[in-house]
Amino acid sequence: MTTDAPTDAETDLAVELRNVDKAFYGVKANDNVNFRLARGEVHALLGENGAGKSTLCSILAGLYRPDAGEMFLNGAPTVFKSPKDALASGVGMIYQHFRLVPNLTVAENFALGHPSTGIRLDQKKLQEEAAELGDRYGLPIDPSARIWQLSVGEQQRVEILKLLYRNVDVLILDEPTAVLTPQESKQLFKTMRQMADEGRSVIFVSHKLREVKEVSDSVTVLRHGRNVGGVATADAEAEDLARMMVGRDLVLPARTDTTQPGSVVLAVTDLRVEGDRGLEVVSGVSFEVRAGEIVGIAGVSGNGQRELALGLNGLRTPTAGRVFITNFDVTKASVLAHIYAGMSYVPQNRLGVGLAPGLTTEENLALKAFRQPPYSRGRRLVPSAFRSEGARQIEQYDVRGVRPGLPIRLLSGGNLQKALIAREIEMGPKVLILHSPTRGLDVGATQTVRQLALAERARGVGVLLISEDLDELLALSDRLLVMYEGEIVGQMNTEDATAERLGLLMAGKRQGEQT
Amino acid sequence: MNDTQLILTMFAAVGLGTPLIFATVGEIITERAGILNLGVQGMMLIGAVTGFWGTFQTGNLVFGVVIAMVCGAALSAVHAFTSITLRVNQIVSGLALALFGSGLASFLGRAGSEPLVGHPSRAQFEPIFTGGIADIPIVGPLLFGHDPLVYLSWLVAGAASYYLFRTRMGLSLRAVGEDPASAEAAGVHVSKVRYVHVLIGGALAGLGGAYFSLALTPTWQDDPIGAAGWIAIALVILASWRPWRAVFAAYLFGAAERVQFTLQTLGEPWSDIPSTLLAMLPFILAIIAMIVLTSGKRARLLGAPSALGVPYFREQR
Repeated sequence: MTTDAPTDAETDLAVELRNVDKAFYGVKANDNVNFRLARGEVHALLGENGAGKSTLCSILAGLYRPDAGEMFLNGAPTVFKSPKDALASGVGMIYQHFRLVPNLTVAENFALGHPSTGIRLDQKKLQEEAAELGDRYGLPIDPSARIWQLSVGEQQRVEILKLLYRNVDVLILDEPTAVLTPQESKQLFKTMRQMADEGRSVIFVSHKLREVKEVSDSVTVLRHGRNVGGVATADAEAEDLARMMVGRDLVLPARTDTTQPGSVVLAVTDLRVEGDRGLEVVSGVSFEVRAGEIVGIAGVSGNGQRELALGLNGLRTPTAGRVFITNFDVTKASVLAHIYAGMSYVPQNRLGVGLAPGLTTEENLALKAFRQPPYSRGRRLVPSAFRSEGARQIEQYDVRGVRPGLPIRLLSGGNLQKALIAREIEMGPKVLILHSPTRGLDVGATQTVRQLALAERARGVGVLLISEDLDELLALSDRLLVMYEGEIVGQMNTEDATAERLGLLMAGKRQGEQT
Repeated sequence: MNDTQLILTMFAAVGLGTPLIFATVGEIITERAGILNLGVQGMMLIGAVTGFWGTFQTGNLVFGVVIAMVCGAALSAVHAFTSITLRVNQIVSGLALALFGSGLASFLGRAGSEPLVGHPSRAQFEPIFTGGIADIPIVGPLLFGHDPLVYLSWLVAGAASYYLFRTRMGLSLRAVGEDPASAEAAGVHVSKVRYVHVLIGGALAGLGGAYFSLALTPTWQDDPIGAAGWIAIALVILASWRPWRAVFAAYLFGAAERVQFTLQTLGEPWSDIPSTLLAMLPFILAIIAMIVLTSGKRARLLGAPSALGVPYFREQR
C-alpha cells in the first residue's frame, strides 16, 4: 500500500488484512492486498467489476479462505474457517445475491444459525424482537412475511437487520445500491451512517463514484486484484478516484446526435404476461419502438421487465395483447418466427439463456444462424464455415481469451457479452432488445457494448434497452419508459429526465401524482 | 363389506403401514436436508436382515432393532459420502445403494454354515395391551391393539414434525434443503447438517425394514419387504414433505395392500378379480397420486425443498 489511510493508532483498527492472495483456477482475484478498516467509519471499497472487491469481502466474511496473507481482528491475528466463525467474531456480510431463505419467514431467517441457546424455536418472541429491531433502526419490516413476498429493497432491510440482530461490529455491504431506487439508496446511507455512529464499521462496496463520495469516510481502491491506494474521501476528487479505479481517464460513450427516428419496427399493445408463479406480472403494457431510436425501460428489478422481454421475443406466450415486428404479428409465434421476423435479444442471463455454456465460442456464435448458409448446406453443417465465420467475428468484436475447442463459459463476463452481442447483431435485426447489457462488466467492455448499441441505432435498428442503471439509460436512450409492478407508469424524452424524477416513478409514484 | 371386515382391514392397514411410516419419515428428513436418497429399498432390506440376525443371535428384540438402525445408517453413510463430499449425481448413487443393499441382504440371509433363510424369528413384537381397553369394540383394537413399534412410529412422526417446525435445529435443516448458500452465510454448517440427517433417514429406513422381519412376517425369507422402499419414496411426495401426513399416506397404502385379501373373503363377484391385478393396486395408487399431486399449479404448493438433489459447493463462482 503506497498512500495509506491516515491511521496512527493501530488499536483503532477493527480489521486489517496484510498481503492477502486469492486465486481462482489460476487467475489471481486478490494479489498481495493490504486493507485497513477503522472503527466507526464507513469505508468504501471502490473498483471496477472483476477488480477483486467481492473476493476481498468474501475473505473478510469467512466464505473464502485466502491462499496467503494474514488477517487481524481488533489487532489480534485471526483465521476464519467459515462464515459462522466470522459472524461469531462480529463480522457479517450482505452479499449481492441476498442470503435469505425464500420459503422461510423474516423472523425465521433471523433465527437461522443464531447461536442463542435453547432448542425450541419461539416464533412469537422472535417476531417481537425482529419488529423491535426494525423500529429502532427506522427499517420497518413485517416479521411474519415470507422472504419471497418481499420486494428487493425490503429483503435488503431484512439482511441488514439480520446482521444487527447478531450484533456484528463490522458490516460488509457488497454493491447494496445496485438494486435500489435513488430514494431507497438515500435511506440506506442514513442507516449506514447511524451504524457507524454507534461505533460499528461499515464496508461499502461500489463502483459508483457519486455514492462513494456521498457516504464514505475513507476509500480503498482496487484494480486488477491489487490495492492501488487508500485515501480519506474528503481529500479525493471524483476524477482522481476514477483514474485510480480504471488506470486511465474515463470516457464512456453517450448518445450525442439526435437523428430522426424512422418507421415503427416494434409495436406492443396491451401486453399481458404471466410470471414464474403463474401470476400476471406484465399488466397491459403498450409502446412503440421506431427504427433508429433507443427506447429505455427503467425500473427496479423484478417489476416485470424480464417477463416483458420474454413475452416480446416468444420465449413466453403472452396471455393477452399484441406484438408486431414491423408488419408481422408475432404475438403467438414461436421464438424462431420472432428471429426470422428480425428480433434479436440479449438477455440479462448471458450464460444459460443467452449462450450455451458448454459449447465452444464458434458454436455459440452460430447458434442462431446455423440453419442457413454458410453454416449449413441442406441438412449438413459446414465445419469450415463455423471456423472462418467464428474467427472473423471474434476478431471484429474483439472477443478475447477464446481458446479453440474449449467451452465458452471459461470466458470473462465482458467477453461473453461481446460474443453474445456479436451473434445478435450479425443476425441483422430490425429490433434489438438489450437487457442489462453492461451489468457486471468492466469499464472497457461497457464502453464497447455501448458503442455497439449506438452503432446499431445509427444503422436504423430499433433498440429496446431494459436496464436498472439510470446513468446508462440517460446516456443512451432517446426516450424513457418507467415500469412499476408490470405497468408503464411514466414516459418522457431523455432531455426532460432526471435521476430524481425517474426514481419517484420507479418507486411507484405515477406521473401527475408527483408534487 | 361388513363392519368386521372393515375393522380387520383397517387394523391390517396399520400393521402394513408402520414400516412405511418409519421409512417415509426418514426419507422426509433426508430430503428436507436437500439430499435425495433413492436407496431406501436397500437400507430397509439391510435393516430387515441385520435386525433379524441380531434377534436371532440374542433373542432380544430391542437389540435387533438397534442393530437394524445402525446398519441402515451405515449404508446411508455411503450415500452421504458420495453425494455430500464427492458431490456425485444423487440419483445414480441412490439407485446403486438400492441395488447393492438388496443384493447384500439376500447374500447375508444365505451366508454362513447355518443360513438365516427359512428360520422363524426367535422373538417377535406382540401387542402391548391385552384384554381391558384393547377389547373395547372398534376403538379398542384400532387404537390399543398394536405392538410397541406402531406406537413408536406415531411418536417418531410427531417428534419429526415438532423437530422440523418448532426447533432451531429443524430450522437449520429446512434452510439447508431450501438454500444452502444462505444457510451457510447465516452460520449453519451445511455438510454437517446434511450428513446427520442422511444418517437419521438411514436409521429410520433400517427400523422400517426390521419391522417386516420382526413383527409382520417374523421369519427370514429372501424378499421380505416387497417394494416398500420404493413406495416410501412416493409417499414422501404424497405427504408433501410433512411427517404427520406421512402417517395417513402410509396407512392409505397399507389399506391398498390389504384390500386384495379382504376382497377374497367377500365372495362373488369380488373374489373373481385376479389377485395379481389387485397386487398392483398400491402401485397404481402411487402413480395416480404422483400425477394428481405434481401436475399443474398444485406442484408449487407441495413444498419440495428447493435445493433437493443439488450438490452444494461453497466456493462455486
